Amino acid sequence: MSTPTWKNPIVQWVDHRLPIVTFLDHAIVKYPTPRNLNYWWNFGSLAGLILVIMIGTGIILAMSYTPHTSMAFDSVERIMRDVNYGWLIRYLHMNGGSMFFIAVYIHIFRGMYYGSYKEPRELLWIIGIFIFFAMMSTAFLGYVLPWGQMSFWGATVITNLFSIIPFFGESIVQWLWGGFSIDNPTLNKFYSLHYLMPFVIFALVFVHLWALHTHKSSNPLGIEVKGDEDEIPFHPYYTAKDAYGVGLFLIFFLGFTFFAPNFFGEPDNYIEANPLVTPTHIVPEWYFLPFYAILRAVPDNFVDVWGILPVIISAKAAGVIAMFASILLLLVLPWLDTSKVRSAKFRPTYFWLFWLFVIDTIILGFMGAKPAEGTFLLIGRLATAYYFLHLVIFIPLVGKFEKTKPLPESISAAVTAGGSDAKEGS
Amino acid sequence: MFKKILIVAFVFALFSSINAGPLQAAEGAAHPASQEWTTDGLFGFFDRKQLKRGWQVYSEICASCHSVRLVYYRHLEEIGFSPDEVKKIAAEAEVAAGPNEDGETHNDGELIVRPGKPFDKIVSPYPNDLAARAANAGALPPDLSLMTKARKNGANYLHALLTGYKEAPADFKLTEDMNYNPYFPGSQIAMGEPLSDDGVEYADGTKATVDQMSKDITAFLVWAAEPELEERKRMGVKVMLFLIIFTAMLYAVKRQVWAKLH
Repeated sequence: MSTPTWKNPIVQWVDHRLPIVTFLDHAIVKYPTPRNLNYWWNFGSLAGLILVIMIGTGIILAMSYTPHTSMAFDSVERIMRDVNYGWLIRYLHMNGGSMFFIAVYIHIFRGMYYGSYKEPRELLWIIGIFIFFAMMSTAFLGYVLPWGQMSFWGATVITNLFSIIPFFGESIVQWLWGGFSIDNPTLNKFYSLHYLMPFVIFALVFVHLWALHTHKSSNPLGIEVKGDEDEIPFHPYYTAKDAYGVGLFLIFFLGFTFFAPNFFGEPDNYIEANPLVTPTHIVPEWYFLPFYAILRAVPDNFVDVWGILPVIISAKAAGVIAMFASILLLLVLPWLDTSKVRSAKFRPTYFWLFWLFVIDTIILGFMGAKPAEGTFLLIGRLATAYYFLHLVIFIPLVGKFEKTKPLPESISAAVTAGGSDAKEGS
Repeated sequence: MFKKILIVAFVFALFSSINAGPLQAAEGAAHPASQEWTTDGLFGFFDRKQLKRGWQVYSEICASCHSVRLVYYRHLEEIGFSPDEVKKIAAEAEVAAGPNEDGETHNDGELIVRPGKPFDKIVSPYPNDLAARAANAGALPPDLSLMTKARKNGANYLHALLTGYKEAPADFKLTEDMNYNPYFPGSQIAMGEPLSDDGVEYADGTKATVDQMSKDITAFLVWAAEPELEERKRMGVKVMLFLIIFTAMLYAVKRQVWAKLH
């Protein structure tokens, strides 16, 4: 792409010194995009929009929030009751967290279905998993701030996970707490980090986009762009499509915010934190439930059964390792997947494996919300086993043995031939 | 087609899984029956007459043990009391004013007490939790300001609890000083049955049955927990209408733009 000349003299003057207009022209106006992206491709920009909404509402909330154990809960209630439109800002922020995860989970599953993580987009995928990880820590830190019962006890459970680290575990936990229990120093620390993390995410998103714009978007057919006829400029085609998606998503998001703002929340968090009263069930926010189920799935006698490293690994440690492994494994997914074909459209066996995996994570979510006992625990364990089987065994094997369907010659050939592919692009 | 069914099933499952956490019923507690509340639904609103009755139930019955510490006297104007009435209500309470402007306390070190003002928080029945426990055989009457948000199925639960006192079944071992109530987790509750027919004499002449009082106090507590509810839903309806029209227009724009391509 050549450097365009701009008619407006001021634009020309600025662009000559700082080519920001040219940059934007390349990045979001003329940016060549496969012509067949379907609506599942909307969730990336949606997630970006929610990040901006979260930072905006968060900065306003911070103006009226007090990070002190004796005042945090009341300061949030003051925002809800006495600050002008405080309830709106706070409910937007609260529900925005859930929306962020909904968008990102769909975005991740889309990447899995269409094999978007494959060569040459491995780093793009890995940075994405980093963003997901950063989001999880941000959400956890933020959930502690209202200083309700679940804030306090959730923080207790999660910070204690670090105690499994050999030799240094206890010191690390005390360092996180800033003392010998979760208390005011912890709250101050978490507040500071919760304010920091969104900007880390923002920087990671920038790198994510940089990698994206290097090899451009993948597409539902999973074949490379062959020429100009396969591509359309981002503007006006995808700006228009994304804008429509934003409209639909806002209806969904604001529907919850205005009419069921506490739908995603735990009632217990409207009870002020009390270190002396443990809630009957400590349940994390819904978006952590699958991982919570994995954490609790490892049996107490796991070590004896397997007889591996019995000295170092306790059942709790194994649970924590399993939980972190369930996320970290996603980092190597581009290499676990041995198939040359990207899209599940042309992979009849993987198609089923993908949906089984989705169902498996939903089952894990259900079990994460239930007490870890009896049938629930058993189902949780089976689903956990399947989660790892899918990633470590099925994904590598299916790529080797699967008979894939023939790929279309090019994107434009598939689109102009009509059928469902053309429709998806429309 | 098959894929679409899968997607719908997925979205449905996603939502039920989200539901699974918050809606889990407390162990061993009876399921509260659903009542009709004016605050329900897209067009939910506050019935101010009912809220005033609810305030009467709170101040004449509940307030002897329970606080609503997040609510101020001035807030009572929102449920239909005039500024003068609010001043009068506030003045009936005694507020510990602390040292006066000159830093003086009473000679005996006791705090100076003055009549309440609209800008004061509604005065709690006990100065602190320990005093509350000491006066209630060790049990702590919880603050009620967020009660309907802090319990699953808040309003229905509260109404069921207040009207749900019963004789304990013969095989149920009731601890001393406890009362049987199947809606409370564990089925026994320290609070004695608070409502009885004609427990208050309503200023507006409504017959004060247990059911009526229970509904009124619950409605009042819904307001206490979510004073923004009415404004929120009204604004929500406008925002939704705008978004639906705006999104339809965006869809038209999208169709128009993409039409060039085919």
